[in-house]
Amino acid sequence: MATQPQAQFSQAQFNQALKKYYSLYTGGFIAFIIVLAIAEQLGMPNRWIGYTFLFATIALYAMIGIISRTADVAEYYVAGRRVPAIFNGMATGADWMSAASFIGMAGGLYLAGYDGLAFIMGWTGGYVLVALFLAPYLRKFGQFTIPDFLGERYGGSVARLIGVFCAILCSFTYVVAQVYGVGIITARFTGIPLEIGVFVGLAGILVCSFLGGMRAVTWTQVAQYIILIIAYMIPVVWLSIKLMGFPIPQLAYGYALQDVTQREQELIQDPKEIEVRNIIKERAAAAAAALKNPEASLASQKAAYEKHLEALRAINAPPVQIAQAEAAVKAHDSLETAKAQWEKDAKLAPRANPPKRHAEAFSGATPEARDTARRNFLALVFCLMIGTAALPHILMRYYTTPSVREARKSVGWSLFFIFLLYFTAPALAVLVKHDVYHSVVGTSFASLPAWIEGWRNVDPTLLSLTDFNADGVVQLAELVLGGDIIVLATPEIAGLPYVISGLVSAGGLAAALSTADGLLLTIANALSHDVYYKLIDPRASTKRRLTVAKTLLLVVALCAAAVAAQKPAGILFLVSAAFSFAAASFFPALVLGIFWKRATSLGAICGMVAGLGITFYYMATTQPWLREVFGVTSSIAENTWFGINPISAGVFGIPLGFIVIIVVSLLTPKPSEKVQQLVEHVRYPRLRGGLDTTMT
Amino acid sequence: MELTEKHQEYWRKNLRISAILMAIWFVVTYVAGYFAPQLNQITFFGFPLGFYMGAQGSLIVYLIIIVYYATYMNRLDKEYDVAEEEE
Repeated sequence: MATQPQAQFSQAQFNQALKKYYSLYTGGFIAFIIVLAIAEQLGMPNRWIGYTFLFATIALYAMIGIISRTADVAEYYVAGRRVPAIFNGMATGADWMSAASFIGMAGGLYLAGYDGLAFIMGWTGGYVLVALFLAPYLRKFGQFTIPDFLGERYGGSVARLIGVFCAILCSFTYVVAQVYGVGIITARFTGIPLEIGVFVGLAGILVCSFLGGMRAVTWTQVAQYIILIIAYMIPVVWLSIKLMGFPIPQLAYGYALQDVTQREQELIQDPKEIEVRNIIKERAAAAAAALKNPEASLASQKAAYEKHLEALRAINAPPVQIAQAEAAVKAHDSLETAKAQWEKDAKLAPRANPPKRHAEAFSGATPEARDTARRNFLALVFCLMIGTAALPHILMRYYTTPSVREARKSVGWSLFFIFLLYFTAPALAVLVKHDVYHSVVGTSFASLPAWIEGWRNVDPTLLSLTDFNADGVVQLAELVLGGDIIVLATPEIAGLPYVISGLVSAGGLAAALSTADGLLLTIANALSHDVYYKLIDPRASTKRRLTVAKTLLLVVALCAAAVAAQKPAGILFLVSAAFSFAAASFFPALVLGIFWKRATSLGAICGMVAGLGITFYYMATTQPWLREVFGVTSSIAENTWFGINPISAGVFGIPLGFIVIIVVSLLTPKPSEKVQQLVEHVRYPRLRGGLDTTMT
Repeated sequence: MELTEKHQEYWRKNLRISAILMAIWFVVTYVAGYFAPQLNQITFFGFPLGFYMGAQGSLIVYLIIIVYYATYMNRLDKEYDVAEEEE
């Protein structure tokens, strides 16, 4: 990676050099962690460890970015097509795993149990489709972007432009979420406000991609993968040793799960737990009732609290109790404060439910509810899989391998590197649950574990603990964990020093930066290559093309950061929606384009529009945030089909896309001889006398 | 250029193996997913089997499918003389 591309270097020598550099790099990084660990023992403050991790890793990525700078178009767009299968696999892994995978995944599984596994299966099973239907053929086609293929196969600018539109639609919402994630992590590391953290993160993203395009992004992504996987594994392995006495968490957690299941049963029946759940239920119901008639409730409640306070004073109750009662009276001084409190209390309602059984699939009170849960689970898996196989920033990576042969192998490596993290996340979720059920639930408030005490003061959305029944003992129903805390607190739960917490943050940062890089490049390339070069100025010089590409990269990055700094409300939903959009728009057109010669231009155009259209329509009428944006007034229930959640809207768009392409294609004349030749060309890794579509 | 009978056969074989692997993919994903509550009655290495398939089993099968396909096709390329030139 440190060498300029030199013709006299064979691919084999290049591979050797890469292996050497990255082994040295990994060793160096581990040494760096050890040095910091020693420094911590010698008294280096936590904040400085955080700073060191943040700036050292960003400086490292910047260095790789600068070394990989390039003025060559093929290097800029597809890293010179010399990335060996295994390295492309690592880069794809980093490209794929976002801040949400790294930080949010285990937490999501902790909270959702079996139902959360839809993400695990969906985000890995999609690679089977990439391997069988897309990667080798796109590699043989060998151009720069996904709209390139649509433009060439479905002859003309319309298909290309729809491709550009879809690529930007999917990637932009996604990149905003990544930039936001980078901002959050930077803010946590350094204490600077999120709005500024977003722009610091942005600088981190741009140093990787600005000078060297795909080439620089590829080699930084490999480096980022190594950091993120080390950061993920160390705490989990340690936790597994601590809890199960066995260093392979993926094997050991079956027994932890059995234990958790048994404990769940106890907690569901425990009288103290039931007491707390009833208190919560009553409080939520009372708040909901008060909200219906605020003025009258305020007066009567205030009177009741004043009476209570007088009674306490009369019996000379302990000062703590009197202070509490005084606060309660004060809270009812104005309607606003009382209303805010009621609204807060009304939101407690879901916490009155008994704990969810972790391994139970498709829970629900009635058989119909369970059926709907199952339908939604399978629909979500379907959308995530097809979406994975249609996201342009992933597919683009398979243009960078040296051959079709390597592209096929590379999908295997990609999944292997993703698999390492994804089959660890469910283990982490269960191990943490095991620890919470044993070391937190049932302990007294006076002797809470250190990590609970520590995080309790950081952020109530991550961890909140309230002694509802005032018995001084923690009940499960009194504890609320936010999804993100599972990964963030694991080092402390495992009893590891702060340096590992710093490492985990660096891993999260690497995950967010690498994904943001890939996405940003996809958007900027769609604009610079597909719109500017292909449609506006096909005679532009190499130098001019690269200038345009880099300018657009900067513009898109600034837009993403500007949007992220607004903390948009629907962003989390939009990220998952990106999968349904990509699945419904790209997948049918790409797959039929390769496997069905008869697919015509008009068919593909209609299919992409129809697939995207129906997906969008379903989301806009059933998703609360989008309904607000578009002012939909009809009820959600009457717009819902088969009880499917809006996140899986692609389940309608994908089949419709296929059907429309097929029907319209059969109604329009057969594609030209040239297009049929192109299809044959991509189907065979080498065809004597065939076309040459490779773009350099 | 005209495709020879051999080329057609290569493509048919590719479609066949893809179909078989997709069938396996479908079973581990959707059939196992659909019957997860029933599979959960069975214990496998300490795990309820339905949960295990979602968390690990299916992932392992996906990986095997991809690796097998790559090996199979890379061999088929050579057999049918459509492999890329070695460097």
